[in-house]
Amino acid sequence: MSTETEIQMLNVQIDGKWHRFPKGTRVIEACKQVGHFIPHYCYHPKLSSPGNCRMCLVEMGMPRMTPERKPILGADGKPEISWIPRPQISCAQDIAEGMGIRTDSPMVKECRNGVMEFLLINHPLDCPICDQAGECRLQEFSVEYGNGRSRFLDEKVKKPKRVELGPRVTLDDERCILCTRCIRFMREVAKDDVLGIVDRGSHSTLTCHPDRILDNNYSLNTVDICPVGALTNTDFRFKMRVWFLKETKTIDVNCGTGSNIVIGSREGKIYRITPRQNDDVNECWLPDSHRLNFKYIDREDRLREPYIRTASAESPASTAGLSGHQATTWDQALAHAVRDLQAAEGLAIIASGRMTNEELYLTRRLAAKLGAAELEILPRQGEPDGLLIAADRNPNTTGAQILKVTGETPGARLPIIASGIESGKINTLLLLGESALACGISEAALAGLRSVIVMDMLPNASTPFSHVVLPSSAFAEKRGSMVNLKSRIQRLNVAVPAPGLARDDWEILRDLLVALGDGEGLTTLEEVFRAMAADCPAFAGLTLSRIGDLGVQLDHA
Amino acid sequence: MSAPAKQPHPRERRLIFKNIDRPDWTQDIDCYLADGGYEELKKALTMQPGDITNEVKASGLRGRGGAGFPCGVKWGFIRPDEKRPVYLICNADESEPGTFKDRYIIHQDPHQLIEGMIIACYAVGAHLSYLYIRGEFPEGARILEKALAEARAKGFLGKNILGSGYDLEIHVHRGAGAYICGEETGLIESLEGKRAYPRIKPPYFPAAIGLYQSPTIVNNVETLCNVKHIVRMGGAEFARIGRPNNTGTRILCVSGDVQKPGYYELEVGAVTMGELIHDICGGLKPGRKLKAVIPGGSSAKVLRADETYTMRGKDADGNPTEKKIGIEEIVMDFDSLAAVGSMAGSGGVIVMDDTRDMVWVLNNINNFYAHESCGQCTPCREGSLWMKKITDRIVDGGGTVEDADTLRSVADNIAGKTICAFGEACSWPTQSFVEKFRDEFQARAQRPVPPPTPPEYLREILTTTARP
Repeated sequence: MSTETEIQMLNVQIDGKWHRFPKGTRVIEACKQVGHFIPHYCYHPKLSSPGNCRMCLVEMGMPRMTPERKPILGADGKPEISWIPRPQISCAQDIAEGMGIRTDSPMVKECRNGVMEFLLINHPLDCPICDQAGECRLQEFSVEYGNGRSRFLDEKVKKPKRVELGPRVTLDDERCILCTRCIRFMREVAKDDVLGIVDRGSHSTLTCHPDRILDNNYSLNTVDICPVGALTNTDFRFKMRVWFLKETKTIDVNCGTGSNIVIGSREGKIYRITPRQNDDVNECWLPDSHRLNFKYIDREDRLREPYIRTASAESPASTAGLSGHQATTWDQALAHAVRDLQAAEGLAIIASGRMTNEELYLTRRLAAKLGAAELEILPRQGEPDGLLIAADRNPNTTGAQILKVTGETPGARLPIIASGIESGKINTLLLLGESALACGISEAALAGLRSVIVMDMLPNASTPFSHVVLPSSAFAEKRGSMVNLKSRIQRLNVAVPAPGLARDDWEILRDLLVALGDGEGLTTLEEVFRAMAADCPAFAGLTLSRIGDLGVQLDHA
Repeated sequence: MSAPAKQPHPRERRLIFKNIDRPDWTQDIDCYLADGGYEELKKALTMQPGDITNEVKASGLRGRGGAGFPCGVKWGFIRPDEKRPVYLICNADESEPGTFKDRYIIHQDPHQLIEGMIIACYAVGAHLSYLYIRGEFPEGARILEKALAEARAKGFLGKNILGSGYDLEIHVHRGAGAYICGEETGLIESLEGKRAYPRIKPPYFPAAIGLYQSPTIVNNVETLCNVKHIVRMGGAEFARIGRPNNTGTRILCVSGDVQKPGYYELEVGAVTMGELIHDICGGLKPGRKLKAVIPGGSSAKVLRADETYTMRGKDADGNPTEKKIGIEEIVMDFDSLAAVGSMAGSGGVIVMDDTRDMVWVLNNINNFYAHESCGQCTPCREGSLWMKKITDRIVDGGGTVEDADTLRSVADNIAGKTICAFGEACSWPTQSFVEKFRDEFQARAQRPVPPPTPPEYLREILTTTARP
């Protein structure tokens, strides 16, 4: 027997057809669920409903009642509806038993048409140079509910333009339709009540409170939810027409929350990152610091080719910071790496909490094959913000723990590795995406190793000490899965190609395994996942495709 | 030397305005007490709160702020077993153009209002009450503060009022100068320290979720003054004043083109429009003809003088009757004014003679509403300014042949589609002026509309013409 309270189902008539919805469903959401989308501007499911835009007006009615408060039934056995003469907003009311809703009647069409006209008379209509064009609700609803021409013969209201509300958000007040979504977001979600409206009537103007700026780390979410082109992302402003952007669904890798994101890219270049709704992870939001942290992917000094250290010191450096190295082919580099790994007398592998499950799985398999003395990841801690930024700044610590690349306390074995190198017990180091210098290993100790093999996308302070450099991919350039701090497995997807000869990390690790004779059946990432799932009960029954766009909650303890 | 006091017109029945302009009258509590003041409070405190509400219900008293909602019914929304605090707010934000009654009560007879408020608070179970006065009444606020202090000193306010065990405090809160603060939910927002954006109803009906999310009664100044008299007379006796469903007196504020503009307290329905203008207000200025009347504050729909109005009613046997009447025969009560397509509203009667330019008049009204729209919801925010811009342009000589139709449809797109009644308030004038004085608008707006899109590019043409 279920102990859960039974959710009451209510009968609602929408455009003449009866449906059943759970009690507590908003009228606008009920209509959407059965395919009757109601246009709206101010309503946002994650915020309070002020009912100010008036775009979601519908006809509403309640059952006609007998004097004994019993609904009068019509010929079809359903309640007869007494329609309210005035249109009602659908965004702020829950459904009720026997309620009738008309989303498509002449009155409703007239209402939408009127509101569209009102919203546009003072709008600058500067779509050709507006960043929102292409994803603008004014444009969308104009097509469906607007007039083809304007009756407005008078001067438009002039308001401030190019207002820098803060370091990352620029406001065009003339485009603002005063829906107050941004104000409510800052008040209700970010808990930083910094935006407000001054002046009255059509002169109402969105602004920051005096002596304040919009510098909250969630400020760019106001840009996301702005239904028009009023709030723009200063970083993205005028950079790209949105309809040219390829949208890739993936996840954020800046912390253990694993916020769901969309990467907007064109021809191999990332232009912006926006949040993707996942109510089990980040709802609709994303911190500014996370979404703007993609510029490093295009850095000049990206590792684009494999390198090996040359004996001769006068060998020219082909990329910044790598004097004493020479670009080579993948075959050469992998051969060097395999030779050094096999020759190791005491091998330590420092992996990364930023690696995918598949990469970590192959790493552990590599460690086993080589009989590595030590295997560990570098922990990365910061201040949590109580919203979406977790203290753990590695995106896949949980995955590393599940796959036993690290233990209960990530980083616990790093001092053992450092002392092993100092004492000479370890003479070879495989560095996967981390700097040895950040792991408590000194430059002198590093310089004394017989071989240091680096797999990374960017050079770091320990790269000059390497003997082999294997260039790999950024999070936006690869596929794979990660497990967030709440044990939800989610997928990364390829938004842009890796530069030069750089390869996907899992392929590099797989090739090393192949060279060592343990690469059987690992041709595709799907096969790697399958092997991992067979090996690791936490992933049992999963495949990469089964993870889906929104991830799967793992039930491991 | 004080100016000679204005004598009430013989046809007036001074109930609420009994003490207004009395030569021997002052604002002091001693004067009020000497005249029998606070006796009704003493009587009320011996009654059960629910009985007072029942008396008010029986009196048929309708709200004097504009909407005319039955006061006792409103009070009855408060549950006797309510657990949350109950608040009563006196709406002294009198701002409807053409209305100037509440300020006289506040300025000359503040204790009548305070006594009415205390009784009302006792009836609905409020222990904290606010007197929200518009920012433009600084003198009124000062007078009320002084009067409240006097009442407190006499034990009519504070703890254990007159030994009854009932506690009440009343605070004066001054607005900052916005018409919308007179809208009851806007007033509540303002009182809570926010912009006076009216709330959506449902769910924010004040009696259910009002001030600080608690049940709240908002009553107009004149309405609350009536409470005192209902307690004195009893509801049934009060209901004999005026007409059925239109009980009591009304203070009509007459302005415009009459010889003797001013305030006149009359039994509801005791006079017709013609009697009001000619007998009571001394008629029109010499040689002028009546052109139009706005009967209930600037937002009420205008009535044209040469129009014939149809009054529907029932005869003694209950058969429907129909009577054609002229403007001067319209009875000045709630139901008759509603029947002719306007409203009694706030009691502000604006009389216009044949020298008035109706386009200018509408433009004047549109200016006010465009300035006062709070800007929260789209139709009113954009529409009120648009209507003003159109009438501005017509007045300036730039009117086009489409303007009358555009005005009408803009108003239609506002009315009934907004968060609060301001939508109606700002669109009814335009709807009625354009409808009733279309000739004047057309005469003033004769320019061609600027060239639109070439017709061959219009959707209707494109979709009905065969492709080449």
